[in-house]
Amino acid sequence: MITINGREFPARDGETVLEVARREGIWIPTLCHHEGLNPYGSCRICVVEVTAGGRPGLTASCTLPVSDGLVVETDSERVRRCRQVLVRLLLAMAPNAPVVRELAEKLGVTDTPFKRLGADKDGCILCGLCVRACEQVGAYAIGFAFRGVRRRVTPPFGKQAAACMGCRACEQVCPTGTVKFTESGDRLFGDTWQAELQVVRCPECGAPVGAQPLFGHVREQLDNTGIAVENLCPICRRKKLAGEMAAVCVQPK
Amino acid sequence: MAGGRGEVKELEILKKEGLSTLYPERVKISVGRATCGRAAGAEDVYTFLQDVVARRGLEWDVSTVGCLGFCQGEPLVTVQQPGWPRYVYSRVDRRLAEQIVEGVAAGKLPKRRLLGKIYSDDLLLTGEKVDLAPEGDHPLEKNPFYGPQVRIATRNCGYINPESIAEYVARGGYLALKKAVQMQPEEIIEEVVKSGLRGRGGAGFLTGKKWGFARAASGDVKYVICNADEGDPGAYMDRSILEGDPHTVLEGMAIGGYAIGAQTGIIYCRAEYPLAVATLKEAIRQAEKQGFLGDNIFGSGFSFRIRVVEGRGAFVCGEETALIASIEGRMGEPRPRPPFPAQKGLWGKPTNINNVETWANIPPIIMRGGDWFAGVGTATSSGTKVFALVGDIKNNGLVEVPMGTTLRQIVYDIGGGTGVFDLKAVQTGGPSGGCIPASLIDLPVDYDALTRAGAIMGSGGMVVMNERSCMVDVARFFIAFTQDESCGKCLPCREGTRQMLELLDKICKGEAEMSDLELLEELAYAVKDTALCGLGQTAPNPVLSTLKYFRDEYEAHIRERFCPAGVCRELFELTVDEEKCKSCGRCSEVCPQGAIVGEKDKPYRLDQDKCIRCRACLNTCRHKAIRVVPRRRYQPR
Ligand SMILES: Cc1cc2nc3c(=O)[nH]c(=O)nc-3n(C[C@H](O)[C@H](O)[C@H](O)COP(=O)(O)O)c2cc1C
Ligand code: SF4
Ligand code: SF4
Ligand code: SF4
Ligand code: FES
Repeated sequence: MITINGREFPARDGETVLEVARREGIWIPTLCHHEGLNPYGSCRICVVEVTAGGRPGLTASCTLPVSDGLVVETDSERVRRCRQVLVRLLLAMAPNAPVVRELAEKLGVTDTPFKRLGADKDGCILCGLCVRACEQVGAYAIGFAFRGVRRRVTPPFGKQAAACMGCRACEQVCPTGTVKFTESGDRLFGDTWQAELQVVRCPECGAPVGAQPLFGHVREQLDNTGIAVENLCPICRRKKLAGEMAAVCVQPK
Repeated sequence: MAGGRGEVKELEILKKEGLSTLYPERVKISVGRATCGRAAGAEDVYTFLQDVVARRGLEWDVSTVGCLGFCQGEPLVTVQQPGWPRYVYSRVDRRLAEQIVEGVAAGKLPKRRLLGKIYSDDLLLTGEKVDLAPEGDHPLEKNPFYGPQVRIATRNCGYINPESIAEYVARGGYLALKKAVQMQPEEIIEEVVKSGLRGRGGAGFLTGKKWGFARAASGDVKYVICNADEGDPGAYMDRSILEGDPHTVLEGMAIGGYAIGAQTGIIYCRAEYPLAVATLKEAIRQAEKQGFLGDNIFGSGFSFRIRVVEGRGAFVCGEETALIASIEGRMGEPRPRPPFPAQKGLWGKPTNINNVETWANIPPIIMRGGDWFAGVGTATSSGTKVFALVGDIKNNGLVEVPMGTTLRQIVYDIGGGTGVFDLKAVQTGGPSGGCIPASLIDLPVDYDALTRAGAIMGSGGMVVMNERSCMVDVARFFIAFTQDESCGKCLPCREGTRQMLELLDKICKGEAEMSDLELLEELAYAVKDTALCGLGQTAPNPVLSTLKYFRDEYEAHIRERFCPAGVCRELFELTVDEEKCKSCGRCSEVCPQGAIVGEKDKPYRLDQDKCIRCRACLNTCRHKAIRVVPRRRYQPR
């Protein structure tokens, strides 16, 4: 059992405070958290105040494992003030990112007293979601480089992302819309990572279904499961599946 | 056991060998050749002495020792001969070296730059005493720098040749390991708990308790790590221990490994310490050769090996989770705790990390017992602490004092005071610490008192600052350091320290408003509260502590656009105080601009238009006749 905002909730071993709070409908803002990815704890916007049962003070709820007797506050004065400072720092970094503006509004912040100090022009907030997504799909095509304020996400040595397989997971998870891909003819361009890939088209209808290396990677991963990988687009795949099912179901015994 | 490796007999043989070089039947001249000595020219003195001795065909030993602590007086040279006390000389150059050699030959040693004489050696670990000569004049203990010191962690530094395992053994080395492997691991941990030893790396966590966690963690494979990353600006306690007495760290680690059940130890040492790395590697080689490291140590069945991993000098890699990541070959970035290294450390295995000085205290604790150690220092901070005493102080150096010694004793008795200019503050704990104002000079130095005062013990950096230091500038210096060293993983530390630096720059240039001060303070508290690791959590401390004690100085910068200490260039002018000026003309001599002129018996005059505010005159005038005044072209706000 853990206590959040004065109420007790059951919790399973290995869960984080954020997970319990979410399950119980308690709002905690997050930025660098994604249910499908390993917790990282970089944006700190999800801080909660531990008042008993652990080291007292603020700590990120997305990386805080539950422990019996833990007592936390998700909306104390101290928590609120810290979140406001954090979002002001974010506003100085990425003033135009909708996700930051929305968060600011929810936290009652309208503007920032901080100067914009050579922040990334694309609005990247260095949350690391793209890096973790890429790692977890197994490509390791991008990563962090440099320390402190020079930190940024980049393919190795700032060159073309040779290991990118065009899965676009990074684009999918990026909260600021920094990661961009464009298609042109039979080429897929990972603009942010200087990647260039061959587009695979659906053999049935000709619609683009993904990048060439992605299918190779998926095939490799599924190699010994016996599942066949087809290049069909979702619509044609559904059609094909429907046809097969019809064949099975409609066939007389 | 066959082969005599790591056996008791081996210790006896080594001890004899060590005694024969520690106390030879002939003249022995030792040169302090740690990094501090080398920086002051010890290598030249060393080779010169070797040449002179060889040229004169003398059958003398010219030997190497580590740092004796009095870094201000390097190169340090000690002279020992049968029946004589050991003479300790400071600031030895070729000329004095030659005089020393002549003096020995003539039976009359020079008095110049003699720090003191050592009449007997007390062996801390065995309780033995070696008399060199009957008590006489100028004992080293009477030297105010050495008198109040109690040397436990640095007991061998400056006494033994760090490349001789035999000399280490001769002073009681490896007896503690031998004793430990005959004890139950739990008994050892109990002893360390009893000692009350707290980690010397910064946070001051109870070492015995930490060992207990690692012992209790399940797993066959465990690690112990020695944190030798030492990144605090101005701090070099760990370097001195590693360079002067590497075996005490190895022995401590082996005992710790036995206690928690680890087979492997790793020393993570910064690559900027090449001498420490080389000394450690040689020490490991010798310890393995003697069987004090390796398989079946002292026939106990316990096996333990140590290797050195070099870090590449990122401050954040001293943080334990970043350090582990760095050893594993990943980017040196901290991760949230829990899990703590004791549960999931190096390669996911239970790992116990301690600081160099912490490890160095282990052999004495095992030999003399936890109660003995707990009897030194204060109730909640036992033992001694090594400090790197630097800054505006007469005697710079490495000092080891019992916990609870007051700042006054350290700064004035040991350090010799601040000279002409009054003490303003003492900074402890480096970039994670704070500034203690001169008004708290009677503060006893222990973990809790320092924390209450808004500073921290930290790893032992102690920077003394006189009235010519600007506290805003000091805070700015440390924030510049932390913002540069922040790994950049988490938002508050990366962006927060950068914004704090921006605000402090503004204040130092006289461009800030009072609202900036509030903003700075609010930001400082938020960074402290929300940063991921200790670096960010403590980075605001220098700002917060200077705001606490020197807020008026911040306000002067903002409201009056005046830096009262005369540091922030845009915010002061210098004039000659006519009452105080003694017309000595020193200021005029040092001024690179020829901005100060005058004649005998009349106060000197300073020409504002020529002055570039380099402060040369300010720091030179013994009569404090150079005054810092607001700039005339600035009107107060
Ligand atoms: C930013 C940062 C830098 C640190 N640097 C060092 C260091 O250089 N040496 C050290 O021993 N501990 C350092 N520490 C503390 C270590 O994380 C750890 O607490 C310590 O090595 C534990 O040893 P101890 O218990 O013997 O003090 C640092 C901590 C932080 C947050
Ligand atoms: S699209 Fe490329 S860079 Fe993005 S996650 Fe996939 S492999 Fe990684
Ligand atoms: S590019 Fe997007 S996902 Fe990646 S770190 Fe920046 S903001 Fe986060
Ligand atoms: S507090 Fe600073 S050093 Fe620590 S993880 Fe955050 S950015 Fe990195
Ligand atoms: S969501 Fe928890 S630190 Fe970012």
